[in-house]
Amino acid sequence: MDVLREPWPWYVAGPLIGLVVPVLWLLTGKAFGVSTSFRDMCAAITPGRFEYLRYDWRTGAWRFAFVTGIVLGALIAATALASPDPVVGISEATRADLAALGVEDRTGLFPSDLIGWGSLATLPGFVVVVLGGFLVGFGARWADGCTSGHAITGLVGLQLPSLLAVLGFFAGGLVSTFLILPLVLGAG
Amino acid sequence: MSGPRATLDAPAPAPGEPAGTPPGSRAPSRTRAGPAGLLVRSLLIGTAFGILLVKSEAVSWFRIQEMFRFQGFHMYGLLGSAVVVGSLSVAVLRRLGRGSPPGRMKMDLPKKESRGLNRHYWLGGTVFGLGWGLLGACPGPIYALIGTGATVFLVALAAAVGGAWTYAALRPRLPHF
Repeated sequence: MDVLREPWPWYVAGPLIGLVVPVLWLLTGKAFGVSTSFRDMCAAITPGRFEYLRYDWRTGAWRFAFVTGIVLGALIAATALASPDPVVGISEATRADLAALGVEDRTGLFPSDLIGWGSLATLPGFVVVVLGGFLVGFGARWADGCTSGHAITGLVGLQLPSLLAVLGFFAGGLVSTFLILPLVLGAG
Repeated sequence: MSGPRATLDAPAPAPGEPAGTPPGSRAPSRTRAGPAGLLVRSLLIGTAFGILLVKSEAVSWFRIQEMFRFQGFHMYGLLGSAVVVGSLSVAVLRRLGRGSPPGRMKMDLPKKESRGLNRHYWLGGTVFGLGWGLLGACPGPIYALIGTGATVFLVALAAAVGGAWTYAALRPRLPHF
């Protein structure tokens, strides 16, 4: 049990994540993808308002069950399987870069002084949580998929659209990491 | 696992059909599971995925920073091995399904339509990446982080749903293909 509580190495967790694609397909006949759940929620809340939302959101009921499972699984991982060391072992170079940006506290899964209820009203906290979340939802729907649908399912299917989307993920991520984050953290 | 007459839903959209065909237009899947069974199976597989997301540290803002700074192999190994194992298992399932007798499933992942400049894939992808780099969490990890007790990610989830709604509103004026 103790070994399960340690962080799982990529060569154990990665192949298991890859197996979600065929297992989900075999047991449910569904294609692995998470961000369509955002669309289903919109279709449930404002049905018929826009053409993109004119469908029966209940066709995504299985996906609501799936994302509910993600929440439950994460709860199990954070309690019964909680890591003994709360600090994620990132590389020395990243620690130095983040410290230079003022991100010193590395306890937990994210910097809690930047991402937290108390910092939502600050410029850095708002940009990271609210703007970041907004762009994730907007971009995932515009690109017709996110990390699960494009970077995993799409690349498994060797699809050009998914390769283009993943290149976009990195282009955007680099701009945020090297331009936007230093700007907003400097302003905080 | 062999469902009778099972086929994967979500065929490739017909030519001329706009991107992002409403999921509701897709044929319902015909696995053996009834409606309740489908939900239970989805919930259980989601649970396994949620455990994997947290224990692999893919939900960590710090890991995503390490990835975008090219300073560690962890996230590349994680995503790369997931794609390799996913591809191999799908190839095996395809082979098993080929020329199958009735009752065998034919593995066929939904195809994203490729046409013209495919602008929405890379433009939308770039917008998604901007958000991923800031928030340090993509959609699966947003749900997972809520499960770890980080309730502030409910705000990120609401913002993401707001982003999806804004896309729905602006969609006729955004470039696709």
